[in-house]
Amino acid sequence: MLVEIRNLRIQFPTATGLSEAVRNVSLTLGQEKLGIVGESGSGKSLTARSILRLLPANAVLTADKLSFDDIDILSADENALRRIRGARAGLILQDPKYSLNPVMTAGAQIAEAWRAHRGGGRRLAEQAAIDLLAQVQIRDPKHVAGAYPHELSGGMGQRVMIAMMLAPDPELLIADEPTSALDATVQAEILRLIEDLVSRRGMGLILISHDLPLVSHFCDRVAVMYAGRVVEELAAAELLRARHPYTRGLLDCLPTLSHRQARLAVMQRDPSWLET
Amino acid sequence: MIEVGDLSVRFGRTEAVKSVSFGVARGESFGVVGESGSGKSTVLRALSGLNPHWTGRMAIDGQALAPQRSREFHRRVQMVFQDPYGSLHPRQTVDRLLSEPLQVHGMDNPERRILRGLNEVALPATVRFRYPHQLSGGQRQRVAIARALMAEPQVLLLDEPTSALDVSVQAEVLNLLMDLQQARGLTYILVSHNLAVVAHLCGRVGVMQAGEMVELLSADDLRAGRTQHPHTASLRELSIELEEPETT
Repeated sequence: MLVEIRNLRIQFPTATGLSEAVRNVSLTLGQEKLGIVGESGSGKSLTARSILRLLPANAVLTADKLSFDDIDILSADENALRRIRGARAGLILQDPKYSLNPVMTAGAQIAEAWRAHRGGGRRLAEQAAIDLLAQVQIRDPKHVAGAYPHELSGGMGQRVMIAMMLAPDPELLIADEPTSALDATVQAEILRLIEDLVSRRGMGLILISHDLPLVSHFCDRVAVMYAGRVVEELAAAELLRARHPYTRGLLDCLPTLSHRQARLAVMQRDPSWLET
Repeated sequence: MIEVGDLSVRFGRTEAVKSVSFGVARGESFGVVGESGSGKSTVLRALSGLNPHWTGRMAIDGQALAPQRSREFHRRVQMVFQDPYGSLHPRQTVDRLLSEPLQVHGMDNPERRILRGLNEVALPATVRFRYPHQLSGGQRQRVAIARALMAEPQVLLLDEPTSALDVSVQAEVLNLLMDLQQARGLTYILVSHNLAVVAHLCGRVGVMQAGEMVELLSADDLRAGRTQHPHTASLRELSIELEEPETT
């Protein structure tokens, strides 16, 4: 098992005691594509980031088990975590505008990631950067390598982020809303690219999103989170047979092109969803 | 109500909008779809007066628009932006945010108008003295809509009003926009890259590609696939493919 999470809890201290952001979440991931879906504040990002122990400093993290390739993340020291973060598990974030260094060219940033993980000379790293840009299907990799982030479109910026993440050849990819800042056409291209790279390189994928139908196209399994809990976990192909009213609600409230609706269904939240 | 003819906008050497023409009737909702960089937001910004560097003709209610807009124009035409976190002043309470347009336009009875405004967008009165960061994303967008309505406009320009929101909140905001339109007889122009959202709210849709409006069609024709331009067809196909969950 690549990732094993058992009874994960993440709490934050507040004026009135601890508030629970993630409650008793258990997930396992092998060499497969797992989608985590939920709305803002459902704990989906915290759950995925706990695998890298990249949580806010005041977060209280507890779990019965939290392991990456049988390495215990809970007891690992910073040195051990450094050998996982970026190197064996890559992270792609939502908006390349904020994740790329604005005063370095795209190629220099990828080369830096390459040298940090693999060593080697500058010339070699520069060549590797161009190769990686070609792998993320950029047509003119030499030109893009010399461009600054503000000269790139959103989709291109996200490809640069993916190329950088690929440099150390990781086994797990965590993509946290990788396409929410992009329009529909580019979104589909980027997700197809991620899917293709993950399958070809035999990586595991955790794709975090709030768009349930979209995730089902690119993942094998989907875990639906609500208020810090996984309320339903099902095969992507069985999405239409989802049982939990929250999952059903997420599907029903979407406007659709296929038929006309006078009004959109609004989610009726049941307090009992917070309990079980 | 709104007439746009041969509208062109240039940024330096790039022509972001190339002679776009369309008309919107009073009480109608008109949608503009297209990919990022297609010029759809630029059309809206030129119309709202945020970008004075345009050529062509624009008229609202028969009155031609000049690059410089009057106060009266801004009372009649209001805009709602994508990200309420960026468009609401972080150090002003909701009360202050809502009273500013009232002061600018010298409107009477601010107390009653603010309470009615909050009620109209289904926000509790307790929100009134909170700051934007104390509200959820959906509540913030409701505040932005309430603020746009304060001056009692006739036209709302909506630039991706729901794409920063969760799908459940998006449904609530879209329902709210529909209700408001019926109650107040508002005219909408909605810009979005989400075809399903545009078809839901708007009766007619303009499709933009590389600065040109390549097709004008009804939402019903868009749903049924009666499209003329290949770009419209490909946008529609992708949207339908991705919105249906994968099944075996």
